[in-house]
Amino acid sequence: MSEQAVISIIPAKAARWQDYVRLLKPRVMSLVVFTALTGLVCARVPMNPVLAVVAILCIAVGAGGSAALNMAYDADIDALMRRTRARPVPSGRVQVADARALGITLSLFSVALMGLAANTLAAGLLAFTIFFYAVVYTVWLKRRTPQNIVIGGLAGALPPLIGWASASGTAPLGAWLLVAIIFLWTPPHFWALSLYTQGDYAKARIPMMPVVKGPASTRRQILAYSLFLAPLGVAPAFMGLGGGLYLAVAAVGGAGFVALAARLAASRAGDAKADGREDLSESLYDVATAAKPARDLFAFSILYLFSLFATLLVERMLAVAPLTAAWGPHA
Amino acid sequence: MSDPNSEDLRATKARRGRNILLAAALFAFVIIVFIVTLAKMGANGAAPL
Repeated sequence: MSEQAVISIIPAKAARWQDYVRLLKPRVMSLVVFTALTGLVCARVPMNPVLAVVAILCIAVGAGGSAALNMAYDADIDALMRRTRARPVPSGRVQVADARALGITLSLFSVALMGLAANTLAAGLLAFTIFFYAVVYTVWLKRRTPQNIVIGGLAGALPPLIGWASASGTAPLGAWLLVAIIFLWTPPHFWALSLYTQGDYAKARIPMMPVVKGPASTRRQILAYSLFLAPLGVAPAFMGLGGGLYLAVAAVGGAGFVALAARLAASRAGDAKADGREDLSESLYDVATAAKPARDLFAFSILYLFSLFATLLVERMLAVAPLTAAWGPHA
Repeated sequence: MSDPNSEDLRATKARRGRNILLAAALFAFVIIVFIVTLAKMGANGAAPL
């Protein structure tokens, strides 16, 4: 069913201002702000605090704008999935055109303001990130390939680089390392979720990995990505970014991540016969027993990423010296 | 069947909320541009000639 057909059968309801806030995906925005702030602080370049706050605000608003564009375009498939059908557009509270207008306006304002408050590089990276999420991921990849969240994950991985660039006007290797960590973290995170929500994705004809390649292949790929992610998560400690505390958190967290991924690989999570309750629950965490290894990895992955970036942030705030000065932040 | 008057009232209230949000956002944008301009001028003024 086309987007217009789906939207036209939903009676228009009065949108409240909260609906427009929901269009910006505030929870995703909070993670974007957090990782961007870490990048900005890790740059170790003195920045006017007012301009730093505005730069982070621009990244948040840009993320919100791209989220609104995503919701405008995906209204038809959002209406088919339990997790997304209550969103403002598919539920009829906000019209597609309004969501699109809000997304375009916020995107343009955020990029322009970033250019004014920080520099051209940060503004350009922000514009690229918005374009990548709203067009490359949402329009081109999401409905076409099981690699959608692998490639599209770049959009969610770039905020630390934008934060770094807004402070320093440069994009050095250290900043790209933070990008690489989020980039490699994204597939195991989303595939773990999709293992127990694949019924929804299949209904909406979104070619997520478990739907296209099957749960067993997805579980193996999750483990493979985790094996690359764990050592990469430790790397900032040896590249002039993290200190001793970071090394400990990344090593323990990485080992936990791999252990949970191995447990998931050995499980039957996502298999139709094992997950009899798969479509019954609205919650992301209340799942069938067989799906619990997937749910546990999904939940732990959030804690893992948060811990890595929070530790980097805290070490910088407390002026903890990095383990090594080689490959320093200005390299 | 819902009361048309209460529907109208709810719609009016929702529209008022949206308008206030839009006004606040525009006002905030103007203030932010003003503050950024001041901060940038300060940075340039402090730079050596």
